[in-house]
Amino acid sequence: MKKLLFLFYFSLFNFVIYSQLPNINLKDVNGNNKNLSKLSNNGNPIIISFWATWCKPCKAELNTIAEEYDDWVDETGVKLIAISIDDARSSSRVEPYINVQGWDYMVLLDPNGDCKRAMNVNNVPHTFLINGSGKIVWDHNNYSIGDEDELYEELVKISK
Amino acid sequence: MKLRLVILLTLLIFFIVNINGQDLKSPGVISGNIQTIGQYYQEDSIINAALPEHLYGFNGFANINYQKGDFRAGIRYESYLNTLEGYPTSFSGTGIGYRYLSWKSDNVGITIGNFYDQFGSGMIFRAYEERQLGIDNSLDGIRLTFQPVNGLFLKGMVGKQRHVFMDGLVNGNGIIRAFDSELNLNELLDSSNSWKFKATIGGSFVSKFNTDNNTSFFDLPKNVGASSIRLNLRYNKIRFSGEYVHKINDPYPDNQDSRFNYIYKNGEGVLLNLGYSTKGFAVDFSAKHMDNMLWRSTNVNVGPTDLLIGYLPALTKQHTYNLAATLYPYATNFYGEIAYQLDVLYKIPKKSFLGGKYGTSIALNFATAHVPERNFIEDMETTRTSYTSSVFSRSDSILLQDFNVEIKRKINKKLNISLNYFNFIFNDDAVKVANYYKMIYAQIAVMDLTYKINRHHSLRFETQAMWTNEDKGDWLFGQIEYTFSPHWYIAILDQYNSGNEDLKKRVHYGLISAGYINGSHRFSFQYGKQRAGVFCVGGVCRAVPASNGLTFSFTSSF
Repeated sequence: MKKLLFLFYFSLFNFVIYSQLPNINLKDVNGNNKNLSKLSNNGNPIIISFWATWCKPCKAELNTIAEEYDDWVDETGVKLIAISIDDARSSSRVEPYINVQGWDYMVLLDPNGDCKRAMNVNNVPHTFLINGSGKIVWDHNNYSIGDEDELYEELVKISK
Repeated sequence: MKLRLVILLTLLIFFIVNINGQDLKSPGVISGNIQTIGQYYQEDSIINAALPEHLYGFNGFANINYQKGDFRAGIRYESYLNTLEGYPTSFSGTGIGYRYLSWKSDNVGITIGNFYDQFGSGMIFRAYEERQLGIDNSLDGIRLTFQPVNGLFLKGMVGKQRHVFMDGLVNGNGIIRAFDSELNLNELLDSSNSWKFKATIGGSFVSKFNTDNNTSFFDLPKNVGASSIRLNLRYNKIRFSGEYVHKINDPYPDNQDSRFNYIYKNGEGVLLNLGYSTKGFAVDFSAKHMDNMLWRSTNVNVGPTDLLIGYLPALTKQHTYNLAATLYPYATNFYGEIAYQLDVLYKIPKKSFLGGKYGTSIALNFATAHVPERNFIEDMETTRTSYTSSVFSRSDSILLQDFNVEIKRKINKKLNISLNYFNFIFNDDAVKVANYYKMIYAQIAVMDLTYKINRHHSLRFETQAMWTNEDKGDWLFGQIEYTFSPHWYIAILDQYNSGNEDLKKRVHYGLISAGYINGSHRFSFQYGKQRAGVFCVGGVCRAVPASNGLTFSFTSSF
């Protein structure tokens, strides 16, 4: 029932989704094209985290969340999209890194900063929480140990 | 001029809102970001930090974007009052440095004004911004994108490049026309995307037109074209990518080395990458051949990062630890280099004897770059191709060798440790970064500890040491950082040139840094001496130039 309600809600506010996430094509690490504005999570929340292979705090954040990610998914249905801003110099490092770390996230590549620009990101890490109707409800431009707890609290708030 | 632009933009937005014919009650979304950095300088003759006449530096940027349905429009207001030390001096004044209008449906897109784009790895064409370094070569013109069938992407664009900033955008004289096509075979033929084999092919053509010529001795080509092909293949866990670029004769001045002064040789670039990765293990190999690939929209002398059309990626790992990142950083040699890089990543499984309770990550990286084997043919009075060379044929002359290893381990719930070792061979005679002009052999060791005191409080300790008999000798580095999640951090760090032969130059580079973060707003200050490089404190990495004094910065997005 809850899911149905979400679906209903989702379809009602479909146009809002288009206005919040940019209409940009990004490749995933397998070379598949994904349009950010069309990614949905069946009315469940989405976390978008901008990171790079050369950014230590970014990797610390995503590795910390990875330890609890299965629980987060079970509890809230969340989906995490990690957008790498590595350019041609380091974008070939993305796939080896995420595979070795065993991340279960959707990882997209933004080698020329188009998505970073469209989402007004100054520097990494920058993490967004998007609710089931596609609206950005929380964001944070930093990572220090403990920030994942705040993100989790916000996530639980919007999943109720 | 500026007023006209604003009126034009307003009218166009109004026009867009109307022709879009959507619910006028939904007025669209305005978003943006702001970044400001202010510096107060102090003279420091020991570290060669001169006091500028204007005492204060200030760089500010504000992007404002408007989006409604498929339409986007935006401007960036920029201020350089005065430009920060270390930033290109060709940035001055205050005004609009970027403005665009775009419309994008499912398969057609139009951009008018400034835009950024990249073909393949960027060797043949990359319009991009690296704001911290003062790089911005956005095209100012028109771009069309078209997706006729699923999996086929076509792009065409024409424009002038942003060159400098003087109370507003100043473009270079050259005109760039660029076309790119890319075909994703799986998306074209396999709608279920179920094949294990994946293939993407692409091809580009880029040409420039410019009449800039500072020499009466040579007749320079006014139109220069470059073409490229690229291929990405994947089967299961193995992937391969290759790219080849060919550029016709495109002579540039070189006042230092007559062998490269206005030569009419064609340029060539090859980039190959082969990798295998699975959960817990990855190996990745890259190779690069680059010959005579300087590629600018003007054929006269300009600043080193000005008016570049192509981007030549360096095949080395971008280091972030201060000594490894800031003392001997490497960039691709425009005239040519043969470079190889190998990466091996392994995660020792958790709950194993060596891996410990949480597992241990090991990353090995080895990179080399050599001068190509060149056979000088003494044709400077006739054809002026200067030399011959062949693909992947390298000389003994080394430009760089970088071997490094990183071991990371979570000891328990509170303690994380990371150990790093770096071994550099750096040819400063060719690379000319350290102003030492000889070979430099250096080793660096790093220990990085993070301790979580409780849910909100954590401490980080970092110590680094560098050993070398060349250049400025040995260095020591220490940093303590205290963070109070989610809002505060403070860090104290010191770099000490312990091994400088000149005893007066055995100085401490001390720095204190603190910041406050609230959501997407971030305010920080720093006081002290700082070397150039990628600098990470309190959770964010930035590339920064050398300075001495007080720095305030504020970033925000909305």
